[in-house]
Amino acid sequence: MNVTRRDFLKVGAAVGGGLLVEIWTRPGARAATPAPGQGPFAPSAFLRIAADGVTFVCPQVEMGQGVQTGLAMLVAEELEIAPSALRVVAAPADRAYDNPAFHVQLTGGSSSVKAAYDPMRAAGATAREMLREAAARTWKVPVSECRAADGAVTHAPTGRRASYAELADEAARSEVPRNPPLRSGDFRVIGKPLRRVDARPKVDGSGVYGIDVRVPGMLFAAVVRCPVPGGTVKGFDAAPARGVPGVVDVIQIPPGVAVLARDTWSARQGADRLRVQWDEGPVAALDSARLLEEWRAAAASDEGKGIRSEGDAARALSGASRKVEATYHAPFLAHATLEPQNATAHVTADRCEVWAPTQGPGPAKETARQITGLGADQIQVHTTLVGGGFGRRIPQDFVAEAVWCAKAAGKPVKVTWSREDDFRHDVYRPAALHVLSGALAADGSPAAWSHRIVTPSIMKQAGGEFVAATLPFWVPTGVKRALGRVASYFMSRADESAVEGADKVPYAVPNVSVRFVAREPGVPVGFWRSVGHSHTAFAVESFVDELAHAAGKDPYRYRQGLLAGAPRNRAVLDLVAARSGWGEPLPPGRARGIAQHASFDSFAAAVAEVEVKGSAIAVRRVVIGLDCGRVVNPNLVAAQLEGSVVFGLGAALKQEITWKRGRVEQSNFNDFDLLRIDECPVIEVHLVPGDAPPTGVGEPGVPPVAPAVANAVFAATGKRLRSLPLRLPG
Amino acid sequence: MIAFVLNGKPVQVEVPREMPLLWVLRDVLLQSGTKFGCGAGLCGACTVHVDGAAVRSCITDVGAVEGKRVTTIEGLGEGRLHVLQEAWLELDVSQCGYCQPGQIMSAAALLAARPSPTDAEIDEALSGNLCRCGTYPRIRAAVRRAAGGKP
Repeated sequence: MNVTRRDFLKVGAAVGGGLLVEIWTRPGARAATPAPGQGPFAPSAFLRIAADGVTFVCPQVEMGQGVQTGLAMLVAEELEIAPSALRVVAAPADRAYDNPAFHVQLTGGSSSVKAAYDPMRAAGATAREMLREAAARTWKVPVSECRAADGAVTHAPTGRRASYAELADEAARSEVPRNPPLRSGDFRVIGKPLRRVDARPKVDGSGVYGIDVRVPGMLFAAVVRCPVPGGTVKGFDAAPARGVPGVVDVIQIPPGVAVLARDTWSARQGADRLRVQWDEGPVAALDSARLLEEWRAAAASDEGKGIRSEGDAARALSGASRKVEATYHAPFLAHATLEPQNATAHVTADRCEVWAPTQGPGPAKETARQITGLGADQIQVHTTLVGGGFGRRIPQDFVAEAVWCAKAAGKPVKVTWSREDDFRHDVYRPAALHVLSGALAADGSPAAWSHRIVTPSIMKQAGGEFVAATLPFWVPTGVKRALGRVASYFMSRADESAVEGADKVPYAVPNVSVRFVAREPGVPVGFWRSVGHSHTAFAVESFVDELAHAAGKDPYRYRQGLLAGAPRNRAVLDLVAARSGWGEPLPPGRARGIAQHASFDSFAAAVAEVEVKGSAIAVRRVVIGLDCGRVVNPNLVAAQLEGSVVFGLGAALKQEITWKRGRVEQSNFNDFDLLRIDECPVIEVHLVPGDAPPTGVGEPGVPPVAPAVANAVFAATGKRLRSLPLRLPG
Repeated sequence: MIAFVLNGKPVQVEVPREMPLLWVLRDVLLQSGTKFGCGAGLCGACTVHVDGAAVRSCITDVGAVEGKRVTTIEGLGEGRLHVLQEAWLELDVSQCGYCQPGQIMSAAALLAARPSPTDAEIDEALSGNLCRCGTYPRIRAAVRRAAGGKP
């Protein structure tokens, strides 16, 4: 284990008795453990063993990815207990639960299992050893004869047995072991396809999502925001809204005007009748078609930042006899979490309570602190079930709205966004223009690779000094700082969110130039499942395909031949080629396309099988492979890959956000549709076995999907589609 | 006053007749298992049964269900888990889970009408229910399993 345990391990007596084990607190950080008798506020323990059993407080937010199950398995492996015997609860907002990848309490970047792998197992092992010591002391027998298994310690020579719950109080007096042994391979839990721990409330209707929160005396709010990003309220007429039965109040808050009512529907009726005059601000002329023309001009200019330079790509291109040039475009995209943004808050003179489906309980708390001026110990954040995250719930704009409304109303308020609000006030996946040029050597291999990317930088908005300029002005500074830390994490991985995936193309090419031209049209942009990889992979893997065809080579074999220096990329490529029956004949009208892409330290590849009838593209089968190091739960990894294929296909075939007069043109699922079940192909998942440390799972499956489909459409029709979503001319 | 039967029990609500059934269920009757996703009948998250038929409660005026039997996810299994809910658990269908009550209600209406649906019938019956997490392959398998076939 390469972590200094002292930095992340803290052990002591739990509130109300028993053993409490905290892990992964920052060095020097101390959780706000309350004095006994203060109730359930901020217990700040990851593992609490007491008379009522073993509770695992999951530091990472469960938003469908299965993290509660995965992390519980890591703890259970070393604690010697069945994962199903753990009671798993969501962590409150407390610095003790900061994600070590970001130094902020936030779930994203496919970081959870990777970051938790050592600390969670160490927490389980520490507790296990302390329980064994406790049994040995109690029974006055050597600890070496005390065995922990299945939630109890046994002493075979005397036949004694005590459950962890029974031993908890005594265990709190055990010395903290310095280096509790961890299993290295003989796992009993890790690697098993266990079922989710959070499944039941999601099928019987009892699960409480943010939108389901009910607080006594609460009001329900709908907020009207400027249709143009950055616009502000000039004036409004509240009278028609106030005339709606059930409407209680109409108030101005920084992002717009809020209608408070006795139920959600009345609030919406009131909001629909509000008449607001806006100062639309500098983005009011934004137009997608014009933006694309500007970006084409920018790509043709000499400006931009060098991201990668090897050899002399310009010279190799100018002297080449065989050249390929292509321009790709990916649009802005909405996250479209099925649970619209919402949050509930209750603010009093000395207390603020927030209930929210957030990916960032830490930033949510910071948001509440900035607005209320209260101290950290006066603010409590309850993370509810989250109806989809995908990066949308990293910014806390929805939490801020609830806190403002609750502060003004003096009563608890739940703000619920309409679907239209959700599509029109997102932080969008950035649009991107990719211009690629390649030169082929005599043997068909690429001799030069030039890639120019024009796109907004998420980092500039989320992490740098541009935060204030491009995020709505009312976003609290603490949130901006917190997001800055996330941004710097991403920047340390790949120079910029804008170019990740284009900067480290693994194919062997002697002359490479990659340049980034930043453009900031004023569109709020953010992290969207797989972030920059979601568009760079489309450009890179389409272009490699074009080079292969120009060289007269099979696209799979061509890639394979260029990946000698990238064995893990190559292995997963080989895996999907073999499992898909690459090269075997298909019925007329059908064809396969292939793509591979590494992201979040994992390696993914996909083969898509498409059927083209007229201008209609139907994806019939997708074979997807992933190498994510050691697989903690193959059932959950498979689910993430199935979901990644569906998510990737939605973007490949259907979705775009466009702008006209500064406004988003789409409004609901009629014009920003998700993939539907009757469009969903057969999906086959294959995992590369391995014992490397675990890496990302939630996002790496998305990037290869769109290029695999585009490459299959080319194979089927001879038409190269270079713009997402993929559309064949009718 | 509008009266109807909710999950087998008579209820009366004093709300405007044009208030959508979805918001009556959620905000007035405190049955929050039925979800809001779009407000326009486009995503299926709000699916309930009215006299046994699957309807989108977000575009159904509560006045239209007067005197009728409304069943929501909370009442589907009549105190136990419905065979579909069991299948959902066995195949670990849910990810975020938000759309699943609507998916299950649509599937239950299908199975009530077609106990052994074909794959095409499953797709057609559920094509109005969106899932952002991408659980469709497992939804198909779970409906097949609940219908007595192989997943």
